Amino acid sequence: MAKTALQFRHNGRDVAIFVDGGTNLLTALRDLVGDMTPKFGCGQGGCGACTVLIDGDAHLACLTLAETVEGHSVETLDGIKDGPNLHPLQRAFMEHFAAQCGYCTPGMLMAAKALLDHNASPSREEVVNAISGNICRCTGYEPIINAVLAAASGGRARA
Amino acid sequence: MPVTVKTFATSGEAAAALSSERDARYLGGGTLVMRALNEGDLSISTIVRATDRALTHLDVASSRITVGAGVTFARVLAERELAFLHPVAGSIGGPAVRNMGTVGGNLFAPTPFGDFAVALLALDATVAMQSGYGARDVPIEEFLSGRARSSGGLVLSVSFQRPSGAEAFRYRKIARIKPKGASVMTLAAYLPLSGGRVNGARIALGAMAATAVRAKAAERALEGRALDAASIAAAVAAASEGTSPIDDSLASAWYRREVVGVHLRRLLTGQE
Repeated sequence: MAKTALQFRHNGRDVAIFVDGGTNLLTALRDLVGDMTPKFGCGQGGCGACTVLIDGDAHLACLTLAETVEGHSVETLDGIKDGPNLHPLQRAFMEHFAAQCGYCTPGMLMAAKALLDHNASPSREEVVNAISGNICRCTGYEPIINAVLAAASGGRARA
Repeated sequence: MPVTVKTFATSGEAAAALSSERDARYLGGGTLVMRALNEGDLSISTIVRATDRALTHLDVASSRITVGAGVTFARVLAERELAFLHPVAGSIGGPAVRNMGTVGGNLFAPTPFGDFAVALLALDATVAMQSGYGARDVPIEEFLSGRARSSGGLVLSVSFQRPSGAEAFRYRKIARIKPKGASVMTLAAYLPLSGGRVNGARIALGAMAATAVRAKAAERALEGRALDAASIAAAVAAASEGTSPIDDSLASAWYRREVVGVHLRRLLTGQE
């Protein structure tokens, strides 16, 4: 079956790939672009491990038909660090022990980034809501919530 | 297995493609169709898409509200004029699912999903459909009851009358996980009052049958009466009539039938 040519921005860089019909964005990113930061968890939209930002909004890569991002901007965890420097959210996750096994972490960070990009000083409830689509089986969520709140107030202090 | 993806500029062309191909499925936000593909659903051979902007049109200016099938839940939440539907849209998925999932797609969500359709059923929405043979408006009740055997066609939009007052429309979703969890059951009620009496009661239940269904016996118990202890007790007693819930990992059918009256009472009395 014919492949479809697909071009989009991936973490600020233009990429061009050929996808089979029906390929989801997660497969495209991992197998064709080589970005392993979005994870496959459930393939059903239940776990959030594959969360990426499309034009700044959180989407589930496993439920996104790859060719629908033609011409759009896709941001993954791979793109949020600044050279050797961790993103403030990554640093806060480290300092607050918000990652244990680490499998949910890329999705958690992208869900948190989507929140902070739109709302620089969220309430605890807003943080809970923002990561409500992301399942973590290790931490019990509290360290993650605290890390996101710390990153938010850290960001305010810098500004 | 690769599938064929057909993208059309107009909803008319997409509808014609759906009508002519038995194994074609329309892709809206992806939360149902991509999930099916990920699970290896071989019944889907063709995915049909439409980039028609009319599908994401939202008309909230008049008393008759029209929501394009492609409008996402995030968009509903961003629209101040649809504040009465914010609890409904906000109860669906997490933020990512709300950025993707659409009002039109929710009409096809299998139980225990489809919370928005429960609200639309209580609001007596009309579903505007387009097939290869023409356009037609279908009452939502007819749409849902015929969903399983409906042949190709594309939902263009849903429309409904704005509730007469803030108290007239009520909604609650019972889930085991908050703020995000699939429905143990979902209840929506439209209870317009005239002269202190309920006039035109509509109560809809989700996760209580294969699709959202009306609790008609409970509606009859309220109709023409004041919303008081006696009428509410009668409605509660009749709440499970006509339902056929299933056992799933969230609740057993027995449990759902046992507690639907409890949740209906809380909905009708405004109790937390």
